[in-house]
Amino acid sequence: MRHFPWLRILVHIIGWLPLAKLIFDFAAHNLTVNPIQEIEQRLGRAALYFLAAALAITPVHTLTGWRSVLPRRRALGLYAFFYASLHFLTFAGLDYGFNLAQILDLVTTKPYIIAGTLAFSLLVPLAVTSFDYFIRRMKKNWKRLHRLVYPAGLIVIVHFVWARKGNLFQLQGDVLQPLLWGLLVVFLLILRIPAARKWVSGLRQSIMGRRRAQTHAEK
Amino acid sequence: MEQKLKHVDIPSSEITPESLYLSRRDWLKVMGIVSAGALLAACAPKLSGITATGSGSSPETQGAPVPDNAHGQTADEFGNPLNTFDEIANYNNYYEFSTAKDAVASLAADFKSTPWAVEVDGLVQNPRTWSLDELLRFEQKERVYRLRCVEAWSMVIPWTGFQLSDLLAEAAPMASAKYVEFTTLMDEEQMPGVGSRFYPWPYTEGLRLDEAMHRLTILATGLYGKPLPNQDGAPLRLVVPWKYGFKSIKAIVRIRLTEERPQTFWNTIAPDEYGFYSNVNPEVDHPRWSQATERRIGELSRRDTLMFNGYGGEVAGLYAGMDLSINY
Ligand code: HEM
Repeated sequence: MRHFPWLRILVHIIGWLPLAKLIFDFAAHNLTVNPIQEIEQRLGRAALYFLAAALAITPVHTLTGWRSVLPRRRALGLYAFFYASLHFLTFAGLDYGFNLAQILDLVTTKPYIIAGTLAFSLLVPLAVTSFDYFIRRMKKNWKRLHRLVYPAGLIVIVHFVWARKGNLFQLQGDVLQPLLWGLLVVFLLILRIPAARKWVSGLRQSIMGRRRAQTHAEK
Repeated sequence: MEQKLKHVDIPSSEITPESLYLSRRDWLKVMGIVSAGALLAACAPKLSGITATGSGSSPETQGAPVPDNAHGQTADEFGNPLNTFDEIANYNNYYEFSTAKDAVASLAADFKSTPWAVEVDGLVQNPRTWSLDELLRFEQKERVYRLRCVEAWSMVIPWTGFQLSDLLAEAAPMASAKYVEFTTLMDEEQMPGVGSRFYPWPYTEGLRLDEAMHRLTILATGLYGKPLPNQDGAPLRLVVPWKYGFKSIKAIVRIRLTEERPQTFWNTIAPDEYGFYSNVNPEVDHPRWSQATERRIGELSRRDTLMFNGYGGEVAGLYAGMDLSINY
């Protein structure tokens, strides 16, 4: 009973949900009259959601001490990469018909596409080295390499902000969603700074300690 | 009452076999996406199939002048078929209701567009308030126009409306009037988006007086021979077909003539991205994305964007001697 992998199964169900919904909505003609853009945007957002979830694992562990979340990080990261890949394929294939000249032009001149491409190219080596084989072989370097997910997360937010019509610094336009996701990602990164981490786990221990004292007193 | 009568004049059945397009284009869309999926898998170098028809090779290509009255027309002057009523009525950038284009139609369903009054004032000899019925007495014409959104999608739309110049002639601009400012209704009760503090409500737009007087500039009151749907800017919206769609302001309550260039909504939000002129121009990119191509709603491949959205033959003269990369 203790070993029933419900958390693992849950992660995989959630992992396929965005794609299943996309296929369902496609069949039901529910992707607006501009389905290519809708697909592209939904896949991009799905990639971001899973990336944020992967980034949340360590803070959640620090905060709750719940160890069984830790092994779920790899699947979350890989789902992020999966949706980012589909997002990119949609961009290159459906949106730009694999017109290499035009794609190359966008990838080198348009800041938000540059940001997306940069974030994606940071995710590629992480996905490639996600197998146990590399974890064992690369030892310390594996951890170092996988810290690339931090800049990747921040760059994705920049990509998101720039993909919308608005101006984040003046807080004008279509900025609310990118802003909230940006704050979440920054918050998740801050919780990794040793001082913040210590403070959080100290907080947890004092709460747990108090609760223990309470249950004692009640007995 | 009068509004109804006017619109009955033009049975929608005569404008286009709307239902015919719907089924054929829907089918194309599905087939297109399915085959694109197959191509994706096969890593084909380029999507073939439905591509830019009639857009010509060079962006300067311009079609025949737009007919004054497009009664019964099923395509624009290049031969591009009309978008369906459903497409036009379910994909709306109308931030007063929602930033989600497919959510506007339902949120605007109960919008009250009658009675309606438009104030025409500022530097005019005859300032006054016009009711919608009065405005519908101006000669209503059908115009098939391409609408090119700054977000790089486009549609072909059969509008009904009258030339803004007709109204301005009645208002009689003073010699000092140089610009026309338009304002959208701002009603927090009816328009949930207006509550958002991220935008400089109310929505305003502006034109130079000569642009406003141009024959192609219309105030639309209907589409597909029916009264304008709420989500498309009922009861009265501007349509300036050679400019990006956001210039074509919806649900107008005020038209004011000014000497100074008016403050406009998107230009206030991001002046380096949305210029006052905002003429469709494939050579001047949005700072963040390309304006060289566009997706026609209902088509799979992108098509080349045309200078002045294909209306250069009639409007390029308005900008003679101006550097359009500075006056974007
Ligand atoms: C290969 C590099 C990438 C390219 C070329 C690319 C391209 C694009 C494009 C063209 C859009 C705008 C779609 C539109 O509004 O029409 C977009 C939006 C977006 N992308 Fe990417 N992207 C890339 C990588 C990524 C990655 C790695 C992520 C996340 C992990 C991501 C997340 C997003 C998000 C969240 C949006 C906004 C969607 C919305 O507006 O709701 N992208 N991307």
